[in-house]
Amino acid sequence: MNALALSETSSAVQPQLLSGRRYDAPLPVLSRTGDRERLLAEIEASGLTGRGGAGFPTAIKIRAVARDRSPVVVANGTEGEPASAKDKVLLVANPHLVIDGAVVAARLVGAREIVLAVGRGDAAAIAALERAVAERRDKGVALRIAAAPTRFLAGEESALVNWLNGGPAKPTIERPFERGVYGRRTLVQNVETLANVALIARHGADWFRRLGTAKEPGAALVTVLGAVRAPGVGEIELGMTLREVIALFGGMTAIPQAFLLGGYFGTWVTAHDTLDLPFTNESLRPLGASLGARLLIVLPQDACGLAETARVVRYLERQSAGQCGSCFFGLAAIAGVFERLASGGVAAPQAVERLSRLVAQVEGRGACALPTGAAGLVTSALRVFAREIDAHAAGGCCGPHRSRVLPVPDANDNEWN
Amino acid sequence: MSRHIRVDPILCDGFGQCAELLPELVELDEWGYPIVSDAPIPASLGAEARRAVAMCPRLALALEERRAREPAGAAP
Ligand SMILES: Cc1cc2nc3c(=O)[nH]c(=O)nc-3n(C[C@H](O)[C@H](O)[C@H](O)COP(=O)(O)O)c2cc1C
Ligand code: SF4
Repeated sequence: MNALALSETSSAVQPQLLSGRRYDAPLPVLSRTGDRERLLAEIEASGLTGRGGAGFPTAIKIRAVARDRSPVVVANGTEGEPASAKDKVLLVANPHLVIDGAVVAARLVGAREIVLAVGRGDAAAIAALERAVAERRDKGVALRIAAAPTRFLAGEESALVNWLNGGPAKPTIERPFERGVYGRRTLVQNVETLANVALIARHGADWFRRLGTAKEPGAALVTVLGAVRAPGVGEIELGMTLREVIALFGGMTAIPQAFLLGGYFGTWVTAHDTLDLPFTNESLRPLGASLGARLLIVLPQDACGLAETARVVRYLERQSAGQCGSCFFGLAAIAGVFERLASGGVAAPQAVERLSRLVAQVEGRGACALPTGAAGLVTSALRVFAREIDAHAAGGCCGPHRSRVLPVPDANDNEWN
Repeated sequence: MSRHIRVDPILCDGFGQCAELLPELVELDEWGYPIVSDAPIPASLGAEARRAVAMCPRLALALEERRAREPAGAAP
């Protein structure tokens, strides 16, 4: 499914997440309440937030799940976002660090079962995990690998839990931290988040905070694609400017027009507004953007942002689980109008107005964040590519003749189970 | 704490009865699915709200107590 060169990695910092270093010293045992409380306080002090996209404080989630007598830990390495590769790269580079983090998390919440969830199509990560699991000697906790359907929604936590419980990988209205695997409280944590939990357990909060900003501490994995010399995955310090992040991937190969930040759920921003801003949520929020799963795609001047967005919106629409009325009807309508807008031949002001009305009707309406994510992408495209919209209306389309920048899988993995 | 109406968008099939019973808090989108107001249910509409919840053919509506500023379905 993924067309990226996964071996390409670049790092701005002494790599920890991607180092592949196997620690010899045993993990903290945490058998006493006081030990658990101390480590939880350390994780809280570190300011670690989820690396799966939503950015929720990890310590709070761990505390909520620890209320169950036998909860479950799920390491979410499914990474269904077609343009993102950071979790796949992490799992291959450093599977033991992810498992270390899952084991620490299991000890913190009192779980005896850890599920390592990966995409079925991700053979390299599955092989790395299988090798690593065979080498583990963790006491008191069972590890199992679960190969989930390779599709966008399978990584949404309630969908993943529903699939682990024998259902389709479609979202539910259950919140896994309340009712998850086997109906128990379940800690679903992105694999990069867990790798950081392991590092914090070994080195402490101050060590974690030596990188990053006060509000967004730590190192982070990024996937950088598009018009850059060496696209791939790297480890950066949060707070570097976008220009510095891009430089790490060999710099740009063309004049940039816009950046897509955060993924297909993300936001378009114009290049000249953002190139020298810090790569943090705090600095990008005023522009309506967030880092999401830390994906940055450089759209070159000669690409068509409308055509690119149209393809992605159609992709997202096809990923809908079709369970919620506003998502099923709304995303199909949005994809259709956007395609017409991108191919010229519609009255632009009417199409833009229609899109705004549709967006308002899908935002925040679904059981999951898919419609809201798609709405955000469309809204930002209308803003950032406003001039292209006028040009399309005046002179027809440019898109199909131009190169394609955003990877969209042609063949849909149609399986929900 | 305040009381709100919540719709389960997966269960909902767009019958639209709720919008008829409780137009003050529910409007329908262009496909007939309810857009439920985020505002607390005013005391004057308590009975209508309970009725709308009880009459939903798909049992997709619920009354929900929310703490101040807690959005529906938020993470823990
Ligand atoms: C449509 C959708 C797809 C998602 N896909 C992933 C994914 O592939 N991997 C992931 O870790 N989180 C994904 N998430 C976020 C998860 O629901 C969840 O927030 C996350 O795994 C929690 O881990 P964290 O707190 O460590 O980030 C997705 C969310 C949505 C709405
Ligand atoms: S919002 Fe869309 S993708 Fe999400 S659960 Fe509802 S139908 Fe499925």
